[in-house]
Amino acid sequence: MPDVQSMVLEFVNKLRKRKIEGSQATARCTVELLRSVISHHRVPHANQASALIDAVKAVGAQLVAANPVELAVGNVVRRVLHIIREEDLSLATAAVAGLDLLDASDDDEDVNGKGIGYPGMSAAVVAAAARSTLRPPSLQTLLEGTPESATVPYTSSSGADSESKTADKSSITRKLKHDVIEGVNQLIHEIAGCHEQIAEQAIEHIHQNEVILTLGSSRTVLEFLCAAKEKKRSFRVFVAEGAPRYQGHLLAKELVARGLQTTVITDSAVFAMISRVNMVIIGAHAVMANGGVIGPVGVNMAALAAKKHAVPFVVLAGSHKLCPLYPHNPEVLLNELRSPSELLDFGEFSDCLDFGTGSGSPLLQVVNPTFDYVPPSLVSLFITDTGGHNPSYMYRLIADYYSADDLVM
Amino acid sequence: MGAQKKGGARVSDDSEEQSRQRLQAILLADSFTTKFRPVTLERPKVLLPLVNVPMIDYTLAWLESAGIEEVFVFCCAHSTQIIDYLETSEWRTHPNLVVRTIESHKSISAGDALRYIYEQQTETSQIQGDFVLVSGDTVSNMPLADLIHEHRERKKKDEKAIMTMVIKKSKPSLITHQSRLGTDQLFIAVDPLTKQLLHYEEDKVDHARGSVCLDKSLMESNPSVLLYNDMQDCYIDICSPEVLSLFEDNFDYQHLRRHFVKGVLVDDIMGYKIFTHEIGSSYAARVDNFRSYDTVSKDIIQRWTYPYVPDINFGGNRPVKLGREGIYRACDVVQSRSADVGASTVVGYGTKIGNGDRILNSVIGSGCIIGSNVVIEGSYIWNNVTIEDGCEIRNAIVCDGVRIRAGAVLEPGVVLSFKVVVGRDFVVPAYSKVSLLQQPMKEDSDEELEYADSSSGAADRLSGLSLEMESKGSELGPDGAGYIWEVCEGAHDEEWKHSVAPIPEDKLAEITQAMDDYDDMEDESVVPTSGELKSDADSINTDVNDPGDDYGYFEREVEGTFLRAVEEGIKVELGVLEINSLRLSYNMESADCAGAIFYSMMKLAVDTPHSSASELYKNASSIITKWKGLLGFYVKQTDEQIEVIMKFEEMCQETAKELGPLFAQILHVLYEKDVVQEDAIMRWAEEKAGADEADKVYLQQCETFIQWLKEASEEEDEDDDEEDD
Repeated sequence: MPDVQSMVLEFVNKLRKRKIEGSQATARCTVELLRSVISHHRVPHANQASALIDAVKAVGAQLVAANPVELAVGNVVRRVLHIIREEDLSLATAAVAGLDLLDASDDDEDVNGKGIGYPGMSAAVVAAAARSTLRPPSLQTLLEGTPESATVPYTSSSGADSESKTADKSSITRKLKHDVIEGVNQLIHEIAGCHEQIAEQAIEHIHQNEVILTLGSSRTVLEFLCAAKEKKRSFRVFVAEGAPRYQGHLLAKELVARGLQTTVITDSAVFAMISRVNMVIIGAHAVMANGGVIGPVGVNMAALAAKKHAVPFVVLAGSHKLCPLYPHNPEVLLNELRSPSELLDFGEFSDCLDFGTGSGSPLLQVVNPTFDYVPPSLVSLFITDTGGHNPSYMYRLIADYYSADDLVM
Repeated sequence: MGAQKKGGARVSDDSEEQSRQRLQAILLADSFTTKFRPVTLERPKVLLPLVNVPMIDYTLAWLESAGIEEVFVFCCAHSTQIIDYLETSEWRTHPNLVVRTIESHKSISAGDALRYIYEQQTETSQIQGDFVLVSGDTVSNMPLADLIHEHRERKKKDEKAIMTMVIKKSKPSLITHQSRLGTDQLFIAVDPLTKQLLHYEEDKVDHARGSVCLDKSLMESNPSVLLYNDMQDCYIDICSPEVLSLFEDNFDYQHLRRHFVKGVLVDDIMGYKIFTHEIGSSYAARVDNFRSYDTVSKDIIQRWTYPYVPDINFGGNRPVKLGREGIYRACDVVQSRSADVGASTVVGYGTKIGNGDRILNSVIGSGCIIGSNVVIEGSYIWNNVTIEDGCEIRNAIVCDGVRIRAGAVLEPGVVLSFKVVVGRDFVVPAYSKVSLLQQPMKEDSDEELEYADSSSGAADRLSGLSLEMESKGSELGPDGAGYIWEVCEGAHDEEWKHSVAPIPEDKLAEITQAMDDYDDMEDESVVPTSGELKSDADSINTDVNDPGDDYGYFEREVEGTFLRAVEEGIKVELGVLEINSLRLSYNMESADCAGAIFYSMMKLAVDTPHSSASELYKNASSIITKWKGLLGFYVKQTDEQIEVIMKFEEMCQETAKELGPLFAQILHVLYEKDVVQEDAIMRWAEEKAGADEADKVYLQQCETFIQWLKEASEEEDEDDDEEDD
């Protein structure tokens, strides 16, 4: 446990100092950390799921507080919580459905020790089955008029389970942790593979001799464009440099290294160039539940220009970037102001910042926001690892990934 | 840290040892100055809140994220407070940074501190190699790993490169010649290729002329020299272990810059070199005085120090939320709807802001209660301060636990130390510093002497004082508590320079005016001269004339005093007092006094109406008899007596020729009255023996007298001999 504690501290420290950049890296670190938290967590026999949830929540709260701007942290923590709830639910149903099966597997496990799953059926399959049969808020079930049995009945039923079937409980709990870790591993895999998943769809969106505009630098966008290139599509890319950090320069370098025809333009030239552009593709920092996008600063301007010229505005986002919160939510910190030194040379302007003369109040203010918010009405399409989606569908997609209980942490 | 590891990997075998070395830093948790008094009498400077976070947290957080693994915190004044704070803070259990404390109460300067560490070093050898030397009031976000790497590489090539100094471009004010941090304009010379520091000057620059003196050898030994006057010294140094031993060898080094850097630059024997490193986009500054406290606070609010800003939890601080216009507000602030909280303001946890308050450009700590219709502008209010209705606070620092009663006004530049109470409707005058502790009576003239009486007695005295305060009433109104500190002599004019308040308009105008005048003067003296020679000659002349004029004035003053003394019949002792004070104010020797007094006496004798020479002689001798005490006070030594005789001679020749014939007689009187002794007369005679004939007039006049003197002394000698036999 102490080593987990120090790992948490170290990660918190990195987040605070803004040492980890990019939502994918953050998401991966977070989920790996949470996996070790879960695997090291000693669970009581009764009410194991809630104990795990509490442990994850406690760590999650620390992580979120360390860098509230990085929404991916909160997303991943909620995803993990969701996995725990799902696995608990599926185990409960499996226990009710087939006690025999469980008993058999239980004996099996006692002999072989931990680490070996069901002989016949993998946990994932069971979980998937449970999910498909039990998940309440799916569109189909809603249409069929099944009474909404959200989370309240589920907790009460599991409580009833724990009282009635104490004998089974020990086996269930041991299973639970194992299954949860399995689920988290899947999540890690998903996050790691999101680029490829998204890039696979590139060929459907980028056509021959098109001009693509992007802004700033995003690994997802890079992979997306390169995938299309590999499929022998020939197209040109305009890269807006993304002041003040000029990450567009880095992207341009990478693109050229991979043999793509690249043009670098200033951010302020976006509107002038947009008429030549067939599609705008950008990477998101986070996608909100209403379909709004938080992206690098300057993105809103590009989106407006695209709207004006009826150019499709496409946003690429891995599933870890889907945030279950709305931008008006008071907990959401939408932006971060970075150091003015990215814009101005301190030495050159130091005489403007002399507070010893004049009124003493700073006359020169520098605002250097990191992100921009693009309202859903400006977005044409989201491409996630599960395919293309309309902005208005995002809340639905998000409901698949998160449980309503975890929205407020 | 990652970068450092990479750096280590790149450099192969021989430096592997070095790269494995822990990165260490020495943090001086004592500024060894008195600039933050009276606040630092009760709390060490490094624990003072800077935008609601103790200064030391900024330094430690920066060192930690720059990859430093071990920090030695050197505590001196209030060491227990610092150690207690570090024990309870999150630094104690930090995974990446080990914080150790070194305690010493004897150190009174940075030099002493480093010597102490060096002594410890011989026993424990804590410092393994190069280290970063900073003080605990540094705010920075610069990366250090590359710089340390650069220093090590340079050291490997050149054994003598013992220090790398961090500088940053920052333009000084053209009017006050101060940097924006309130320090004097810095002037440095650097070799443009190697970045070696060649010259460092912060105090002796002649701003009025805009000139600085460089050693000629500087230009001889270096093909090119780059001179800067817009650099700011960040007081961040990468040092090799030699630095410690240098301090040990030169036990008179106190100040890091004034003594150490200059010492190294001047010393050719050891040949040690200091290099500079200019940082570009990163921020680094040191809180040295109240002015820089203000400046650095504003820089933090404006986010130059990112990520060490109030809305990021960087070192155990509770982050506050950043709103529009740079307003940082804790989530539980209770703010009245009618209150107007303006731009660039920070409000801490649990603070209540009342109706109609106007707050602008200020930092307010936690747990403060602010009444209605209060105006706070450009001020720093620390924690748990109570401000009652209708107060006005402008450009002030208000420490923890202060209570400002209704209607009180703090004028710009005021510093209220801990727990001071300002009385109802009391106006605290500008630039005053108020503390519950009385000002130490004896100001240490030497600035190096720091919070002389540190941690030990402060608390005891505090309790004693508050009792005393109640009985005495207060300097801050009838219901207030606290002493207003006297501004020490000389520093009075300088007070506005280092205060939190901006420099007032009229002061600036004054300086500009003075500068213009100076320029005009320069112009006048320069324009008519065709060459430089003449202007030089002018200046020499004036230099020579000055003391002469002074003596003339002095003589007249002495004469006036003497005449008054004669008229009013003042006693000899009082006369001595008056003349002594004149002597001091004109900075004269006692020989000058003797001359002047004798001159006045003779002048009086001459001016007294007389018909014949004998009458004049009578006058003179009576005056001498009457005032011999006064004259006698200044003629205790032979030199002074000779001065009197010379003066007399001069008078006889020039101003009062009537006295000429009486020279020998009056000299005799002087001898009789013990004003002039035999030795003096003999020596005068000897001196004069070799002079021109014209000068010998008086000597010849006195010949018989001198002869008589000689015989008398011989007789005496004989007598003595006989007695000895």
